[in-house]
Amino acid sequence: MSAVNLQMACVAGLLGLAVLAIVLSRSKAATGVIYGATLAVSAIALIGSMRSLLGDPANVTALTLPVGLPWLGAHFRLDALASFFLIVVNLGGAAASLYGLGYGHHEATPHRVLPFFSAFLAGMNLVVLSDDAFSYLLCWEFMSLASWALVMAHHREAGNAKAGYIYLVMASFGTLALLLAFGLLAGPAGDYGFAAIRAARHTPYAAALVLILMLLGAGSKAGLVPLHVWLPLAHPAAPSHVSALMSGVMTKVAIYGFIRVVFDLLGQPAWWASVVVLFLGGITAVMGILYAMMEKDLKRLLAYSTIENVGIIFASLGLALAFQANGLKLLAALAFTAALFHVLNHSFFKSLLFFGAGAVLTATGERDMDKLGGLIHRMPLTSFVFLVGCVAISALPPFNGFVSEWLIFQAVLQSPELPQWALKIMVPAVGALLALAAALAAACFVKAYGVAFLGRPRSPSAETTGEVDRYSLAAMFILSALCLLAGILPGLVIDALAPITTEILGGRMPIQANEAWLSIAPIAESRSSYNGLLVMVFITISASLAAYFIHRFASRALRRGPAWGCGFSDPTPAAQYSGGSFAQPIRRVFGTLVFHARDHVEMPPPGDIRPARLRIELHDLIWEGMYAPIAGAIGISSDRLNRLQFLTIRQYLSLVFATLVTLLLVLAIWS
Amino acid sequence: MVVISDILVQGVQMLLVLLLAPLLTGFVRKVKARLVRRQGASVFQPYRDLLRLLRKEVVLADNASWLFRVTPYVTFAAIWVAAALVPTFATGLLFNWTADLIAIVALLGSARFFLALAGMDVGTSFGGIGSSREVMIAALAEPAMLLIVFCMALVAGSTQLSTVANFMASSYVGLRVSLGMAVIALIMVALAENARIPVDNPATHLELTMVHEAMVLEYSGRHLAMIEFGAFLKLLLYVSLIACVFLPWKIAVFGTGPFAYAIGTAAYVVKLMAAGFFLALFETATAKMRVFRVPQFLGAALMLGLLGTLLLFVSRSF
Repeated sequence: MSAVNLQMACVAGLLGLAVLAIVLSRSKAATGVIYGATLAVSAIALIGSMRSLLGDPANVTALTLPVGLPWLGAHFRLDALASFFLIVVNLGGAAASLYGLGYGHHEATPHRVLPFFSAFLAGMNLVVLSDDAFSYLLCWEFMSLASWALVMAHHREAGNAKAGYIYLVMASFGTLALLLAFGLLAGPAGDYGFAAIRAARHTPYAAALVLILMLLGAGSKAGLVPLHVWLPLAHPAAPSHVSALMSGVMTKVAIYGFIRVVFDLLGQPAWWASVVVLFLGGITAVMGILYAMMEKDLKRLLAYSTIENVGIIFASLGLALAFQANGLKLLAALAFTAALFHVLNHSFFKSLLFFGAGAVLTATGERDMDKLGGLIHRMPLTSFVFLVGCVAISALPPFNGFVSEWLIFQAVLQSPELPQWALKIMVPAVGALLALAAALAAACFVKAYGVAFLGRPRSPSAETTGEVDRYSLAAMFILSALCLLAGILPGLVIDALAPITTEILGGRMPIQANEAWLSIAPIAESRSSYNGLLVMVFITISASLAAYFIHRFASRALRRGPAWGCGFSDPTPAAQYSGGSFAQPIRRVFGTLVFHARDHVEMPPPGDIRPARLRIELHDLIWEGMYAPIAGAIGISSDRLNRLQFLTIRQYLSLVFATLVTLLLVLAIWS
Repeated sequence: MVVISDILVQGVQMLLVLLLAPLLTGFVRKVKARLVRRQGASVFQPYRDLLRLLRKEVVLADNASWLFRVTPYVTFAAIWVAAALVPTFATGLLFNWTADLIAIVALLGSARFFLALAGMDVGTSFGGIGSSREVMIAALAEPAMLLIVFCMALVAGSTQLSTVANFMASSYVGLRVSLGMAVIALIMVALAENARIPVDNPATHLELTMVHEAMVLEYSGRHLAMIEFGAFLKLLLYVSLIACVFLPWKIAVFGTGPFAYAIGTAAYVVKLMAAGFFLALFETATAKMRVFRVPQFLGAALMLGLLGTLLLFVSRSF
């Protein structure tokens, strides 16, 4: 069976499972059967896509199915880029299914989750596989609708209906932008196949419009600022393993769409395109993580951090565009590889973190960090893997997040090669923004972990909880192992990504397998290198040596006592630093500008025994400045138009007559 | 055979930084004391402090977790590895190729990450205040540091410290305005990262403005010794970094034999003393600033780094 046939068979299997889930819907066994089956199918699809990426890169397989529009059919194709994204999709799918085997038993309404879960997986696979604009859009909508249904799974919970509504509006807007983009790409001749679009020449204006439409369409799905508003509402509303899929995988499918169109179908990019992408990426990265820093809902914090990571990926893609536009193929390959590496990394650690948040949610029933605390004692294993995820996402060595950020910085450092002044000035500034985002990410995850897992429990449910089930733990441990492996063996990943850069950009990074001691050295001349394996080995050896010698020769005595706290032990856990107070210094520094943040102290008058209160006022300027006016305008204009429903028959007839006259007039003037 | 001697030289460097780090701190303290006309403790006092702390028992808060107990060793190891990767007396040592400057900065970031978490672990408000301020300072220092790295990499064509040091030691660098800006910015970042005056005061323990000391308030005994040792090493690391990049005077090139290494070591000690002296002088002459003035201080470092980078572009194209 050829590679693409195998993938399509898996998709068919997933769709079949969706039907089976409807049939089984009320049965007790449904959860186990469906998640077990999606795990198996995703694993097969994962192995198949890994084989096609690591196998012969020239072996591109295609398939045409006689479905869809008559005479056109639906085209599917599997090349290196699609194989890579299929790995991301199916790895995430397999992990989420494994997690679901345990987590799904806590689900009150499994019949509202199971059918859409496998349909959602099938939809994401299909988007990556499709090879003509028609099936691409169809699959894209299928994916959006399936995920919308999952967002609405718990539709009675406060806020979820609003999240679903905003998601639906933004998804329709995104698809409209994609539709227009593909319309432009197909041109007057109207050939919708990707092969024909790739072969056609696109005028600069059309290419510019397509780029902007793709930024709107794919960017709104991926969460680019200012199109991100739906993401922090919708991703956390879904069940946690679906949140993991939406954040870790679906945003990547959107990025795949962007790469496919802008890098593959449009041909040689213009240099100014990279300015737009770089700018949006840098802003998205910093804004996303600042929002996350202010958040106290654990899952929503993770969703905002997804926005940050999408920003990093887009900034890196922008760099690749800049180098590609100037014919610097090697450097373009470096930036592009960094972006893909970050795609992979983010799918690992964001899924892991959402699984962890889901474990906390099932164990304590809380998403609010200020009601958690001390979970490291009650849930030691979950705490350990969540810590791994936090370290990885904060871009700290020796884990995987650092490697991709390091590659991006190496690409940023090559910007003097670019001839355009705008880019020369812009790239270092974006580099500084990315460094700021990375440092803020570390701060944000110190907050998330420190408030939720460390300290003293802030609520009875956090005090009495226990560890989660084995399936959930297995999924999280597998992902944290992958985070470590990708961090210490980055050369293998970079070499595996080489066929994609060769296929899309026509250049590739130097082969890393030849470097001594499994180092990575992206650019031979600069001799900059990094070796995650040795860094980890050194840290392990020196930490164990220090611990051994101290315990052997100095002292190993240990006494437990009450906390010191400068002699004053606070009696209640409420006196600890909470999420809001931890964010206070950063809110003071960035908040006044970005959120118009104000702290109000309400001090009761003397003699009054009410407590003093501190109230924090934060404004989401993007929502208030952009979305609220649009929503208001739509509301007002629909109110006005509402009057048209209550006219007399005479008035309707005169309206019809006036319209007719106007149209005739227009026709007369036009011709 | 070659590998063994390479490992030997690398091992010498790792032990050298370990031995010299407390001495540097002791020297700074001594000079500070002398500048305000106090006698001051001996320069070897930090060693005695460390040994005393190591022999004491650990008093652990009741609800401290395993993370709290592991953190001292992890931070110490991360800083030690980072310090071993910065060229001190010679460039091009065996493990220099393991990590470049960005990775060294990130290793220090790992150490800080765990320390900030440990500050949150016991659940006292002191730990929280220290951690939250530490991460704020880090969030501002890191972009500034990256721009400094950028500036250096533009001049030297690499982020690998040995390559940078070799390039800077060569004759055709000359005086450059942007490098001047970079070194000022780097010193500002180093002051912030090492919790020195004017950003933080390493000598206070009971003051609400403290940052680093508040974070490690719950530590005692051998754990505290490891954290203090880490802080000494970090100071040494930043001094070595500034010395190897901007003052690579007499630094030995790898493989030039024991004699050159000895000269390099002597020069390194002289550089450390000079840096320690100037640090003490600066700290005696300035006052500590309010915590929320730190963003402006580090913002200035960021701007200097950016300006240096842009100047390089300008000077290159004309």
